[in-house]
Amino acid sequence: MRGQYMRMAEVPIDIDHVAKLARIELTEEEAARFSSQFSRLFEFIDELAQLDVSAIPATAQVIPRINVLRADEVRPSIGTDAALENAPDREGPYFKTPRILE
Amino acid sequence: MSTKVANAAATDYEPVIGLEVHVELKTNSKMFCGCRNEFGAEPNSLVCPICLGFPGTLPVINRKAVEYLCKTGLALGCSIAAHSKFDRKNYFYPDMPKNYQISQYDMPLTTGGSVTLPSGKRVRLNRIHLEEDTGKNVHAGGRMAGAEYTLIDYNRAGVPLMEIVTEPDLSSPDEAEAYLVQLKAVLSALGVSDVKMHEGSLRCDANVSIRPAGSSALGTKAEVKNMNSFRSVVSALEYEIARQKASLAAGERIVQETRNWDEARKLTYSTRSKEQAHDYRYFPDPDLVPLSLEPATLERWRAELPELPLAKRGRFMESYGLSDYDATILSADIPTAVFFEAVVAASGEPKAAANWMLNDVPRALEKHGLTIESTRMKPGQLAELIKLVKSGTISGKAAKEICEAMVADGEDPQAVIAQRGLAQVSDEAAIAKLVDEALAANPDSIASYKAGKTKALEFVVGQVMKASRGKANVEIVRAALIKRLE
Amino acid sequence: MRTGHEIREAIARKQTSALEVVEQALESAGRLETELHAYIRLLPERARIKAREIDAAVTRGDKLGPLAGVPIAVKDIFTVAGEIATAGSKILENFRSPYSATVVEKLERAGAVIIGKTNMDEFAMGSSCENSAFFPTRNPWDVTRVPGGSSGGSAATVGAGTVPIGLGTDTGGSIREPASFCNIVGVKPTYGRVSRFGMIAFASSLDQAGPMTADVRDAAQTLEVIAGFDEFDSTSVDVPVSDYTAALRDDLSGVRVGIVAEFEAEIGASDPALAALYKAAYADLERLGATLVEVHLPHARYGLATYYLIAPAECSSNLARYDGARYGRRVQNGGDVFEMFERTRAAGFGDEVKRRIILGTYALSAGYYDAYYVRAQKIRTLIKRDFDTSFAACDVIACPAVSCAPFELGQKMQDPVSMYLMDYFTIPMSLAGIPALSVPAGYVTGLPVGLQIVAPAFEEARMLGIAHAYEAATGHARRREPPLAGAAR
Repeated sequence: MRGQYMRMAEVPIDIDHVAKLARIELTEEEAARFSSQFSRLFEFIDELAQLDVSAIPATAQVIPRINVLRADEVRPSIGTDAALENAPDREGPYFKTPRILE
Repeated sequence: MSTKVANAAATDYEPVIGLEVHVELKTNSKMFCGCRNEFGAEPNSLVCPICLGFPGTLPVINRKAVEYLCKTGLALGCSIAAHSKFDRKNYFYPDMPKNYQISQYDMPLTTGGSVTLPSGKRVRLNRIHLEEDTGKNVHAGGRMAGAEYTLIDYNRAGVPLMEIVTEPDLSSPDEAEAYLVQLKAVLSALGVSDVKMHEGSLRCDANVSIRPAGSSALGTKAEVKNMNSFRSVVSALEYEIARQKASLAAGERIVQETRNWDEARKLTYSTRSKEQAHDYRYFPDPDLVPLSLEPATLERWRAELPELPLAKRGRFMESYGLSDYDATILSADIPTAVFFEAVVAASGEPKAAANWMLNDVPRALEKHGLTIESTRMKPGQLAELIKLVKSGTISGKAAKEICEAMVADGEDPQAVIAQRGLAQVSDEAAIAKLVDEALAANPDSIASYKAGKTKALEFVVGQVMKASRGKANVEIVRAALIKRLE
Repeated sequence: MRTGHEIREAIARKQTSALEVVEQALESAGRLETELHAYIRLLPERARIKAREIDAAVTRGDKLGPLAGVPIAVKDIFTVAGEIATAGSKILENFRSPYSATVVEKLERAGAVIIGKTNMDEFAMGSSCENSAFFPTRNPWDVTRVPGGSSGGSAATVGAGTVPIGLGTDTGGSIREPASFCNIVGVKPTYGRVSRFGMIAFASSLDQAGPMTADVRDAAQTLEVIAGFDEFDSTSVDVPVSDYTAALRDDLSGVRVGIVAEFEAEIGASDPALAALYKAAYADLERLGATLVEVHLPHARYGLATYYLIAPAECSSNLARYDGARYGRRVQNGGDVFEMFERTRAAGFGDEVKRRIILGTYALSAGYYDAYYVRAQKIRTLIKRDFDTSFAACDVIACPAVSCAPFELGQKMQDPVSMYLMDYFTIPMSLAGIPALSVPAGYVTGLPVGLQIVAPAFEEARMLGIAHAYEAATGHARRREPPLAGAAR
């Protein structure tokens, strides 16, 4: 079903696959709406293909810094209770989650 | 004709093995935060907002982890990258606090290099890179699949992890083991890791394929994981090679997959994990800046490298006249090598020192549950023992007993001798008396000896030693006996 | 007393007390909240404790910090130890931070008193504050209109005069656009000038914290407090922090101001009234002694598309940690841990956040990475070079901060791209990592509009100095009061 929305929107994104990678459960309505909204954005994004950037280096960061390192010194940890204070579920000193099925 | 050739070839496959070894670095603090890097602490006690991936936190690179990795690279002849960076490897897993792992993708800290095996074979390395370890999942109710829920301990999350990847250069399970032994010896000499496989500070995955012998093409590989000792690496590789051969013989195809080693059942099984669905979306971590190490820093680190096991082995053979085998064992473990050299220095007897260090000392250590580092025996004490044997003060048999007592309690050899009355009797008059008594009790043996049966002599020597409860100096006994009989 | 420096002086001279000032600010915030909705949470107890500490210091005759007793509002994207930090998201609605952001520590050390955490677009994604998971904030100049975003709560409360100083963050315009909409000064510093530690990440290579203030002097003073290298942020830079307040000036003789030809063409075509206002602002600069020079940013038009690849890509990774395992909201209806992740994130994130995570995940995914992410990084280089070239011919650039005056709530919510276009004039500076600010420049149909002043990297002193001269000469913000004004004014 969603595949049909995708073709209608003419956006290259396989929303189902990407949502799975991003671990977000999307409703069909969301997937369809996002697809059509992306199609508008891709009008801008596709313009980038006009530029010849083959000789241009990529900028990952704007600051020209290297080798920012820290000394190997121990700082106090926050303690088990503080670590678990925000945990949605815990058991003893452990964080607890549903089981992992591969 | 051609079928026949194909069949003949099909029966003759050779394995191709590459190893990926993960080594936890023995830094004081974690890779990107100040939490203590320590094994075996209370669950979730060595954590902070940074290694728990709390909102707003940022990583800062531990200088020591970079140093340890580079020293490993320098020791193994790797090229240290002029420019390196950290990337994010994105995938969701509950033991990973940020749901991405900070790792290195296309610009690892080192490339190339090799590990030389004692056989002389060089196993080429592809790369060594630096990353952070994950936490540990505890599957309530035992195995993962049947568990009702998962408990997570993040103490290990963020521990510096070095991944050493070989080229597919290993051609047998034994060679893989030899590589691991050698790698472990090098890492232990460098002091960069505890390299304890049972504690997870050294972990090994293997890529295994088979191909027709003599072929240079690579077959489809399986990645074998979950091996927790060198022994299980060998067993898993043996199993996996046999499995692949059987598959091909049955006309099946090898599928590229991840297989787990099951130590209890002694087999590998497919994890059926959706490997193809993995898309790690690596990109440069914008929270960290690139690394570009100064040549001067690298030179300083190179100068600080300790003697490595293979060089040490060569020196032991040359300087102390040890055999290849003895030198290999004594040089593989640093504390053992250090102890050995101290004994040599104090005794001036390298061969005797090597014998003790290879036989009686390890036996006694094992018996008492000790290691060369935990025993209270000092190298000087073992050197003293060697001298006492040489001077004839004690017999070889008594020395073994003394050695065990020294290993167990750290007592001086002289004290043990005095306590247990183990001093050798070399007093000729006392020995002559024992000899007379033995001859009187065994008149037949005198006749036999005179008839040319030298065995009879040894029988009487034995009787004298027995009468002295082992303390008589056997050489003096023999000399006295011969003198009396002639 | 409407500025931080005035308040500090009054407290130092014992004309008022820090507690009295804080009580007034809390009263104003509470009174306006029903209409303005600027705060996710007020922190009255914490504020009173800090205020009493300041008053005790005054009594003892201690040396006072540069912001002693000044009430401030902090965007809920910053962590404050022991307090909840939501980043405007349901997924963090109960997250209590065990630590404080570096900037929060620095502000408190300087004597500032945090009275509350302000509303924002969820994870700073938005330009109207309507993407808050809790409620939209209103503009004090017209409560039917948006205050701008994402730092809309801080802009609205400073604009209403409840506090003189707010803390915001700017990734593509999130300080400058709401500052323009609420008639205040908003500064996005050079990337790396201010620590990001404790600032909940949206797009790490672009995010910067900055002051949102009643006037330029407060902005300069606040920036001086929060700027500097932080050992907890590897991307913070160890360039010495200038004395920004000393750099404030009153004339512009000898200053070359660059006017961007492409921007003028754009705004002239889209909003002639606004274009006229900016023309008048440039003329004011000239009257103050500045020379106007035309400069070009030929690749700035690609800024929006570039930004909407880079920022979502980084956000898709930064927001992966919100999975319900360690903190925050969890939605669990049976199933395994991955189903829990997927349901938690489906329920915990709003539309815009999901949209950007999906887009960013796609931009980084196998087969598209080079075509989208790497290409965007290369165009980022071109945009940065355009600024380098321009700054060879001028000292600062003056240009529009916004492409329109504050718009009505709901007007752009159905069309994300129209919302994205709000940042057309602010995104290029973010991509280049250079400092930029918005300073009040007048009114269009009674609604405030800001002028953007842009400087080369680490030239905040120059930028603030020029903005101060413009502010002193024009006094746009001093001329009028918003209809929804706090008692502190």
